[in-house]
Amino acid sequence: MNPKLSNRVAITVLYVIASTIVVILAALLGYIIISGLPALSWHFLTSPARAFTSGGGIGIQLFNSFYLLILTMLISFPIALGAGIYLNEYAKQNWVTSLVRTSIEILSSLPSVVVGLFGFLIFVVQFGFGFSILSGAFALTFFNLPLLTRSIEEALAAVPDEQREGGLALGLSKWETVLHVIVPAALPTILTGVILSAGRIFGEAAALIFTAGQSAPALNFTDWNPFNISSPLNPMRPAETLAVHIWKINSEGIMPDAKAISSGASAVLVISVLGFNLLARFVGHRLFKRLTAG
Amino acid sequence: MNNNLQKQLLKRSKAAKLERLGKTVSFLALMLITLTVFAIIIFVASKGLSTFFTNHVNLMDFLTGKNWNPSVTNSKGQPEVGALPMISGSFVVTILSALLATPFAIGTAIFMNEISPHRGAKLLQPVIELLVGIPSVVYGFIGLTVVVPAVRSVFGGSGFGILAGTFVLFVMILPTVTSMSVDALRSVPRYYREAALALGATQWQTIYKVVLRAATPGMLTAIVFGMARAFGEALAVQMVIGNAALMPTSLVSPASTLTSVLTTGIGNTVMGSLQNNALWSLALVLLVMSLIFNLVIRMIGRKGAMSK
Repeated sequence: MNPKLSNRVAITVLYVIASTIVVILAALLGYIIISGLPALSWHFLTSPARAFTSGGGIGIQLFNSFYLLILTMLISFPIALGAGIYLNEYAKQNWVTSLVRTSIEILSSLPSVVVGLFGFLIFVVQFGFGFSILSGAFALTFFNLPLLTRSIEEALAAVPDEQREGGLALGLSKWETVLHVIVPAALPTILTGVILSAGRIFGEAAALIFTAGQSAPALNFTDWNPFNISSPLNPMRPAETLAVHIWKINSEGIMPDAKAISSGASAVLVISVLGFNLLARFVGHRLFKRLTAG
Repeated sequence: MNNNLQKQLLKRSKAAKLERLGKTVSFLALMLITLTVFAIIIFVASKGLSTFFTNHVNLMDFLTGKNWNPSVTNSKGQPEVGALPMISGSFVVTILSALLATPFAIGTAIFMNEISPHRGAKLLQPVIELLVGIPSVVYGFIGLTVVVPAVRSVFGGSGFGILAGTFVLFVMILPTVTSMSVDALRSVPRYYREAALALGATQWQTIYKVVLRAATPGMLTAIVFGMARAFGEALAVQMVIGNAALMPTSLVSPASTLTSVLTTGIGNTVMGSLQNNALWSLALVLLVMSLIFNLVIRMIGRKGAMSK
């Protein structure tokens, strides 16, 4: 085969491969949306699940997913911000820093089952939180921290050094410069990172099966006192999330319409994650324009 | 008066105090993450090792035994905790899915970076980001409703098994490997390509003989990363593999992986019992493998850096 011919063959093959991937995604999304849409209705999105009969919804699971997401973010964002600031602004090139970086890398590559099991061991069993939203939020925090820290660190690193010099030249201390100059400048990128990691948390299930539990007790949506057991805000109640629900009904569900429910729930999950992705782009662009007056 | 002024000058200013506080707080946040990693390793290791120290199971029996049935004791009076079926199941799905995903991932990466950068950025980049975003239970659900019946009708058997797991993992690790391969290709300097083209090489010759060779360490890292992800993936695999703790004999017979046994088993055993400890040992194997993958990635990185 002469070089020209092999060139043409190779490029054709590459075109085929790239289009295959596009087709795979289109088929996946199409399947999820088309099989899921008929199940979606206001009733489905708001009513509680039923164990034995058809006609159940995903209302409680949906609420649990969002509540868990917010709680996880409240815990993990300050930690990740602090860690990101230290790594980018203060850390020296020494063995401590490289140890820390290595351990963040290890944490990010740990299988989420292992993180979940650790959360189970520590929070559910040792601390006696039981299967609860709080245990789940801590487990998800471990799962979220390495990626969020890295994205915050990258966002801070992308801020040009002139900004730091400017802050210091004005007589601000390093910490004040970081807080009042660098973090605001990096805010659009940081926010994009936060929203993208929110999408990841929203779909995570393996770390939650043994921490937030696999049951969704009935909630009383008129009771907003977090200390009551049936209150939606109670962080100590077991809370099956949407992702766990899909797994659960597919492995041991006995309701007659399990398949319709899981297609509907999958569609909701995928649409939410898509929404998070779009929001991340939008917020990033918008905020950047606003802050830079560009 | 003089004394007062001296005091004022010698005292730490408010800004300096704040500086110290901020630095300390952010350092503590960082330490918290590091400590968590150590805690995870120590706790999982101590639980996982108790199978061998408290229950006196032989490590070799655990790693090479083919029967997994922790509540039954065998003829030697030892509990049957042979983890080989799960370990081999995990390795087989990981290696097969990596073999399947590699050509697609590298092909797409080359397409995105060398052939059609415009379409790469406009079309394929969002596609890959979306594929990353789809939650693993959704992959599992599609595997259950589409892949398993398809495997059943084409290859026979129940459809559950290593082949179905491989297909699901293939799609799951594809975006990871692709985007890391793109990074690897992007880091190859432009003048490499220009030099090759100037020598009269065709585009494919340039890609194959120059760009790919230069990007090999990065590509290997991408593949190992994908393998690490496949090895640790739990729910999607658990839903399609059939969950039979047997040595895999064919690609379409039900099998199990470390993660699938963990997700189904840990809720049904009592803490501290042998059955439970044996599961923690499986978790320890997962943890150790994850550390090994990390080490391999570092070694590749170091080697790649040296050859430059």
